[in-house]
This record gives sequence, C-alpha cells and structure tokens, in this order.
Amino acid sequence: MSLFDYTLKELQEKLHNKEISVTELVEESYQRIEAVDGKVKAFLTLNKEQALKQAEELDAARGTEGTGALFGLPIGVKDNIVTNGLRTTCASQFLDNFINPLYDATVVEKLADAKAVTIGKLNMDEFAMGSSNENSSYYATRNPWNTDYVPGGSSGGSAAAVAAGEVFFSLGSDTGGSIRQPAAFCGVVGLKPTYGRVSRFGLVAFASSLDQIGPVTRTVEDNAYLLEAISGHDKMDATSADVDVPNFTEALTGDVKGLRIAVPKEYLSEGVSEEVKEAVMSALRKYEELGATWEEVSLPHSKYAVATYYLIASSEASANLARFDGVRYGVRTQNAESMLDMFKRSRSEGFGDEVKRRIMLGTFALSSGYYDAYYKKAQQVRTLIKNDFEKVLEDYDVIIGPTTPTPAFKVGEIVDDPLTMYANDILTIPVNLAGVPGISVPCGFSSDGLPIGLQIIGKHFDESTVYRTAHAFEQATDFHKQRPSLGGAQS
Amino acid sequence: MSRISKEEVKHVANLARLAISEKEADMFTKQLDDIITYAEQLNELDTTDVEPTTHVLDLKNVMRKDEPRKWLEKEDVLKNAPDHKDGQFKVPSILE
Amino acid sequence: MNFETIIGLEVHVELKTNSKIFSPSPNMFGDEPNTNVNPIDLGYPGVLPVLNEEAVNFAMKAAMALNCDIATDTKFDRKNYFYPDNPKAYQISQFDQPIGENGYIDIEVDGIQKRIGITRLHLEEDAGKLTHSDEGYSLVDYNRQGTPLVEIVSEPDIRSPQEAYAYLEKLKNIIQYTGVSDCKMEEGSLRCDANLSLRPIGQEEFGTKTELKNLNSFSFVQKGLEFEEKRQAQVLLAGGEILQETRRYDEQTKETLLMRVKEGSDDYRYFPEPDLVPLYIDEDWKERVRAEIPELPDARKKRYIEELELPEYDAMVLTNNKAMSDFFEETIDHGADVKQSSNWLMGEVSAYLNKQQKEFDELALTPESLAKMIKLLEDGTISSKIAKKVFAELVEKGGDPEKIVKDKGLVQISDEGQLTEIITKILDENQQSIEDYKNGKDRALGFLVGQVMKATKGQANPPMVNKIILAEMEKR
Repeated sequence: MSLFDYTLKELQEKLHNKEISVTELVEESYQRIEAVDGKVKAFLTLNKEQALKQAEELDAARGTEGTGALFGLPIGVKDNIVTNGLRTTCASQFLDNFINPLYDATVVEKLADAKAVTIGKLNMDEFAMGSSNENSSYYATRNPWNTDYVPGGSSGGSAAAVAAGEVFFSLGSDTGGSIRQPAAFCGVVGLKPTYGRVSRFGLVAFASSLDQIGPVTRTVEDNAYLLEAISGHDKMDATSADVDVPNFTEALTGDVKGLRIAVPKEYLSEGVSEEVKEAVMSALRKYEELGATWEEVSLPHSKYAVATYYLIASSEASANLARFDGVRYGVRTQNAESMLDMFKRSRSEGFGDEVKRRIMLGTFALSSGYYDAYYKKAQQVRTLIKNDFEKVLEDYDVIIGPTTPTPAFKVGEIVDDPLTMYANDILTIPVNLAGVPGISVPCGFSSDGLPIGLQIIGKHFDESTVYRTAHAFEQATDFHKQRPSLGGAQS
Repeated sequence: MSRISKEEVKHVANLARLAISEKEADMFTKQLDDIITYAEQLNELDTTDVEPTTHVLDLKNVMRKDEPRKWLEKEDVLKNAPDHKDGQFKVPSILE
Repeated sequence: MNFETIIGLEVHVELKTNSKIFSPSPNMFGDEPNTNVNPIDLGYPGVLPVLNEEAVNFAMKAAMALNCDIATDTKFDRKNYFYPDNPKAYQISQFDQPIGENGYIDIEVDGIQKRIGITRLHLEEDAGKLTHSDEGYSLVDYNRQGTPLVEIVSEPDIRSPQEAYAYLEKLKNIIQYTGVSDCKMEEGSLRCDANLSLRPIGQEEFGTKTELKNLNSFSFVQKGLEFEEKRQAQVLLAGGEILQETRRYDEQTKETLLMRVKEGSDDYRYFPEPDLVPLYIDEDWKERVRAEIPELPDARKKRYIEELELPEYDAMVLTNNKAMSDFFEETIDHGADVKQSSNWLMGEVSAYLNKQQKEFDELALTPESLAKMIKLLEDGTISSKIAKKVFAELVEKGGDPEKIVKDKGLVQISDEGQLTEIITKILDENQQSIEDYKNGKDRALGFLVGQVMKATKGQANPPMVNKIILAEMEKR
C-alpha cells in the first residue's frame, strides 16, 4: 500500500503523531516518479532539491509552530501555473528556457502558506489546448490504467500523476473540461470551481473568461480540502469574486435525502457510449437508494456549446498568446532579419500546430468584417447556454450526467482530426460557458478496464452541494478505491 | 462553398504574426474551413435581442487604490530577456 | 478654386497618478530605463491587470472639464497589434464605450469666439519607449508602459492651423487647471496627432485626409498644418489626388514628409477585455469627482473681470497660464493690490521667466514676498525705482523684501525736513535751472528732480521731491 492511499486527514494525523515524516512523503513521491514516470510521462520538471529541503524544514518545525492546512503533502502543479524559481513551460517550446518566471501564482503562494510541498510541474497540452495531452511539445502523458490510451487533457499530467500515485494530489486548470475530462479518463476526482472562486493570477491565460484552476485528488473530501486552501478573493485578479469561502468539508455529510437532481436529456443522447450511459444510470439508481430524486430536463442549447466555445476561447487565446513575441522572455528565433521577421519566426518555431490553429481561428473571428458574425454571435449564444443552466438550477440542486461521451481513447486515434477531438468536450464545455462549478468522480469502468466519470454540476458558488452529492456517491461505492495496474512500487 | 480562402488564411497568419509555409497554409485552410463551417450552426439561432456575455459573473467597479509599490529587483528585469543592452531589451531593427 | 480646410486633432495626455493604470509600479518620468517595471508591465505570462481607481477619477475630471457627457456604463477593450513597446501585443483601451463623449471647448482667434467639439475622451494605457540605433537594432524601455493616458479626439470643426494652435493651448490650459496632468510636451505627457483635408468651398463631403505624427510642439503642429494645407492645395489644383498617408513634420526643412501610405484601415480586432469587469459610474461618483474640479480658466477670467475689476486683457493673460494665475491669487491673498500684482506678474515676472526660460515653479520669488514688496511700494517705503532693485534680488535669491530694503539701506526718504535740506543745497548750486524754469522751460524741473535723486541714490520720495522743489522755487 502507498502512503498516498491514505486520506489527507489520515496523513495529517500520522504526521502529527510522528508515525511518518514529511521527508518520507516527499521521498515516496520521487521514488514513485522514478519507478513509473518513464511510462506515465506526467512530469515536465521536478523540484526535487527544493522539495526535500522544504520537507526537512517542515519536519523540524513539526509541533513547534502552527501547521498549514496541507502540511507536508506532496503536490504536483500543472505547468501553466507560474512558479517563482521553477521552470514554467506550458508544455511549449516557446517557454522551454523559462526557468525563472520571477513571481508566484496566487495559488502557489496559497499552497506555500498551507505548507504543501511542490514536487514538480505537470505535463499538459501546449498552452492547455487539447483533450489528450498529445499536444504537449515534449511528450504525451499516458493513461496509467492502460498506457496505450490517452490520459485526457489538457490537465492530463495532473490527473495521471494522481492516478499513478506519483503525488498525493495536484492542481490543474479547466477551460472547457481540462480538469474533469482527464479526471474521468484517469479515475480520479477533479473539480472545476465556479468562475471567480480561485484566483487566476499566475495562471498562463488561455481563455480568460473561461479559465479556472482546480484540484485533482483521489477522494472528494481531499478535493474539498485542497479547494478550501486555494480559494478566495485576490486583489490581483479583478475577476475573482469577493465571496466567503465556506468550509467545504463540513458539507460532506453523506446525506442526500431529498436532493433534487436534474438529468439533461442532451447529456445522454447519441454520441454517448452505451457503457457510459449505463454507468450514469446506475449512479442515478444509487442516488435513488440514498433518498435523492432525479428527473429528466433539457438544456436546449447544449448542441451549440462546442462551436460557441471554440469561437470565444480561440478569440481570447489569440490575444492572450500574442505576448509571446520573443522580446522579454522565451525562445527567440536564431534567424531574425528584422523585427517583423523575429516576431513571426519566434512564434512559428515556438508554437505547435494546435496552438497556431486556434490563434488563427481566433484572429479570424475577431477580424474586421467577421466580428459580429462569429465572436459576437458566440457571446450571444453563450448567454442562451448560461440561461439554460440558470433556469434548470432554479428547480434542482444539481445537474448530473456523464463527464465525457466515451472512456479514454487510444493515443494517436484522433489527434489529426480537430473537430472530433473538440467533440470530446461536448459535456464539459457548457459548464465553463455558464461559469458554474462541476466535478468528475469515478462511477465505473468500461469493458476495457478504463474509468468512467460522473459529472455533477451545481449553482454558482455552491461547490458545497456539488461536493456533498459527489461525496455521498463515493461513500456508497468503491470505484475510487481501484488503482491502476501500472508496474512499479505499488503493492 | 468554402468559408475561408487560402489567401485569407495567409492574411490571418500575418495578423497573428505567424510564418506559415505553403503546405501549412493548405492544411490550415482545410481545417479552419471545417471548423468555421461547423461554427455556422450558430446561425440556426435567432439572437437578435440577446445580450452578449463577456463576463459570466455580474461584477462591477473592481479597482485598487493608487498606491505605488516596487516589486522587481533591477537585475531581475532582464533575467529572461533573449537579448539586452544597457539595461534595455534589444530587438532587431524595425526595417522590414 | 478655393478650398476649405478641415482639421481634426487627437491629443494624448498622461495622467499623473502615483502608480500605473493596471499595475502598482510607480508612475514616474525620467528614471533609469526599466526600473519602474514589474511582471505586469512586462506582460509576463499569467499576469492580470487591476484598474487604478484614481486613473478613472482623473479621466472623469478631464472629461468633465472639457464639457463631456460622462458614461454611466463603460468598459475596457483590447486593441491588438504587435510592436516591441507593446508588451502584451494588445493595448488595454476603450473602444465603443468611452468614459466621455460630446464635449467642447471655446477658443478665441483674432478676437472671434468659436466652439470646437470633442467627439470623445477615453482612458487607456501608454506603451513603452523604443529607441532606434543606426546599427540594426532598437532598445526598449518599459518604464512608460502602463502610464494612464487619456485620448481626446476633436470633431472636425477646426478650420485653420491657427485655430488648431488655439485649441491646443486652451486644451492644455484646461487640463492643467484640473491638475490631472502636467501636459509637458517636452516630456511627452502631452502628445498630438493632427489630420487635415481640403474640400472645395461649398462641398459637403470631406476630402481625403492626411495624418501628421511626431509633432513636438504646438507651433510645429501649426507650421506642419500650414505646410500641409499648401501642399494639398497645390496637388489638388494640379489635378492630383490626395492619398491617405501618414506624414511627419521635419523641423529643419519645415516640410511634411511621407512616413507611410495607409492601405485600408488597421485591423485592431478590438474586443471586450475579459480580465477587467465593467464600470458603472453612478451619479454619486460623478458628483464626487465634479466637486473636486477646481475653477477653470474661463470662470476664473470672468471672476477677475467682474469681481476683481481687472481689465479684460489682464484677466486673459493671467488665466491663460494656470501657474501665473495661481501665483496671482496667492499674491493678492497676501494683501497686495490687485492691479499692481497683475502688472508685476505680466511685466517684470514674465519678462524674467522668458529671459531665463524658466517656469513659475522654478522661481525663488514667492507670492508672499511679491505681495510684501508691492505693499512697501504702496505705502511709500520704497520707490518704484528701488522696487526694481528689490525685485531683481528677490527673483534671483528670494528672501524677505523688508529685510533686503533695510540691509541695503534702500528705504525711501520721505522726511520733509531732510528733503528740504538736500533740495535747498541743490537749488543753491543750480541757479540757472531756476531761471530756466521760471522762463517756462519745464524740462528744468526734471533736471532738478534728477539731481535730487542722484544725491539720494534714488531713495528720495519722487512726489515729495517735486512738491518741495516747486515750493522752494516759489520762495526765491
């Protein structure tokens, strides 16, 4: 058994009783990485020297001073979250040499305050653009349940590292499903918080109006602890909401009696595999057993979400990624003849195809003569999609459906087909467009032994109910206790 | 009917400061055309009186006080610069 | 064919807040390159802008002073373009909801009043500064990046280069009164682009306009426009066509030169800034800012004429320069005579500043000391001749006029006995002049007064000298 099979509460107690040390936890991480990351490829950069030093300091301080909420726990951080003194690449060649970003993201400061230990930076699709991690410019992360399969994306490294026991938990980011989809594919718990719940300061922007940082963990309870630690208003982020951060773990009562669940018929329609449908239906039966009720509802504009998302996200990305011009940081081309040439070559050499594709789509959608037809139209449809959610959530506590239409697909299967790849996010994208919170929890396995995720969506800033719903299901099932059969130190 | 021509793709690449080869231009023309065609399903919806959503939360007037604060050390400013001279960032000449 | 000239001006004014518009870096001019920058100013990955409240207040003040309607709902947009001095490759600006619209200012040219409309005033961030070398590279300093900036766009109401000059002077004066900017063109805190087109008189439709950039002073704006006006007329009269061009004014050759021909309009791909939330400016907020706007030049001029009873000319000259007007107000607050204060400021003080190429804030002279000096003059302690000596000392070194007068023994001799004694002696020595005077040569009196002044080193009270000489001569 790995130390990371314990819950946060159990580990805190063992640390407190000096049954284990922080150094042991951190070493467990690096040993496991050593053993399995050659296969999983979840990490881009390790922070070993610093982490071991910090572990020693924390061990020495144990019991002498106030402990942090995440005291001594090994965490992996997605590589689009800026870490002072630790290379931050966004899995892009453009930032290959970005070894010292000069500042910490607000969430990284919060992790430090909570005394978590950063193990390293996690692989992802380049600039968070992708659903399979195949768009990493370094190497594709593999699914720990079967390394022929993708771990999902873009936070594929965050989900795979937790599933493979390389870290206790991790941070990902979610713009259109980038936490929930890989969490579903890798059989772990991943939450996209309400837009504005977690500061985006220091998250390398993909689509500013959609991006959120969120926790990836093995259990719902640990997820709630991690969210508590990273949430809150940040004066450095004007879009972070000035709302109280509730004690999320207090909501984990196991009680869902009387809970009103909405199940959108669009989320169980064609395109969703039979195995996934069956897993969701059996989860709904479980909720009935637990005393909740569910009804079919409609989110009528769901089918427009993918198109809406790609126009909005790509438009924002085209501006957000314009700063990568080779003037102040990053890799500049060796062959520039003029300023214009330097811009063009540095960007073309530094970015992969998917990034270029989205920058061009966004540039086109914003360009003169097309703005109203594409960008503005998409923002209007966004309003309709948001209204769909608000309307349903007036009458129901949560919305439940699958996280993804299918379990993980094989590496290389659809990488050259952007539209099919985009369709993979059809069930997660609407949640970002509406800004509401959504979680993916394990709810079954396919006949190939790949995990299936259940998505639970709540009202704005009502992560508590989302967690309570997810937790009750988790406590009533054993899916989260399954471990991938990757070779290595796990016994 | 194609939604975007190869010439438009080249124009867009130039606006976005991306150098693309002829082969890439062909590939992106095909892919962008597919995506834009797909996106045109939005035209099925009448959005005449629908307000566009830029911000999903209804926040207003988020501002900070006018208090200056130094942050970076002088030597850090140029730390990641690909090229610099006399305390300034150096770039190739503007001439094209 | 006769043409009508149509001019529009686009003025950028830097606001002197303590910190930048979207980052807490100090907002300072003239520091060592790249010392007032942080990751936000450098456009580092992951950074976010947060709006400086004072920048909004300052922009509102400027807009109100220019008689603009203030938006209730306003927001920021991204203006996309690549340039090394633009670190995010987008400038945060305002596109379709500027903070101020529909303003105007009144100008006066050759005694004729005219109202020039202001289309809009919007808030944005300034860019860094690019210096070109002739060795194939350029250098970038980001200290200026993020300085709050307002862009003020005039209606095409200006009909001559002279009106353009008057508009700029007035605009600068008004903004300086509000205190939101120094408007120093030499430091770049006020910058101006101008556009000009011609149309045959009577034609409704505008002609093609050219844009003038890199104009370093108001007089260059005027000269550049004058050149452009002639150039376009020549082209049109020769049957040529005006192209949509950007031109610059060459100060040496006094010509405008082509920079680039515009092909279509620039595609800036404006869209709403997702990192900043909208602004809602309610009446309370507007009133709060409005209450902070000091008296503006037109109101002040009116008050000088109506309440202080200054001649219109004095009121105009004083209020055309906020620093002079403020100096004037303080001087009279210290009890100095209104007209005397005005005379000294328009005369000796202005002459000194012109000669020394100095500004009011560089003067050693204070309103208090000027007031004291004027009072010494009024109560006869010093003569106007002595006053000039005292002024020369005050303006260079400052100090207390009473002390200067005392230390240098410059007190006016107004003692009748003492003066009679001196005058008697001088009359004794100048019998001929007495004769001349009695024979109707008035000039002789002037000579005698001069002799007295010479004997007293200019300290004799002139009216008294006059009076005593006449009385003494009567007796002889």
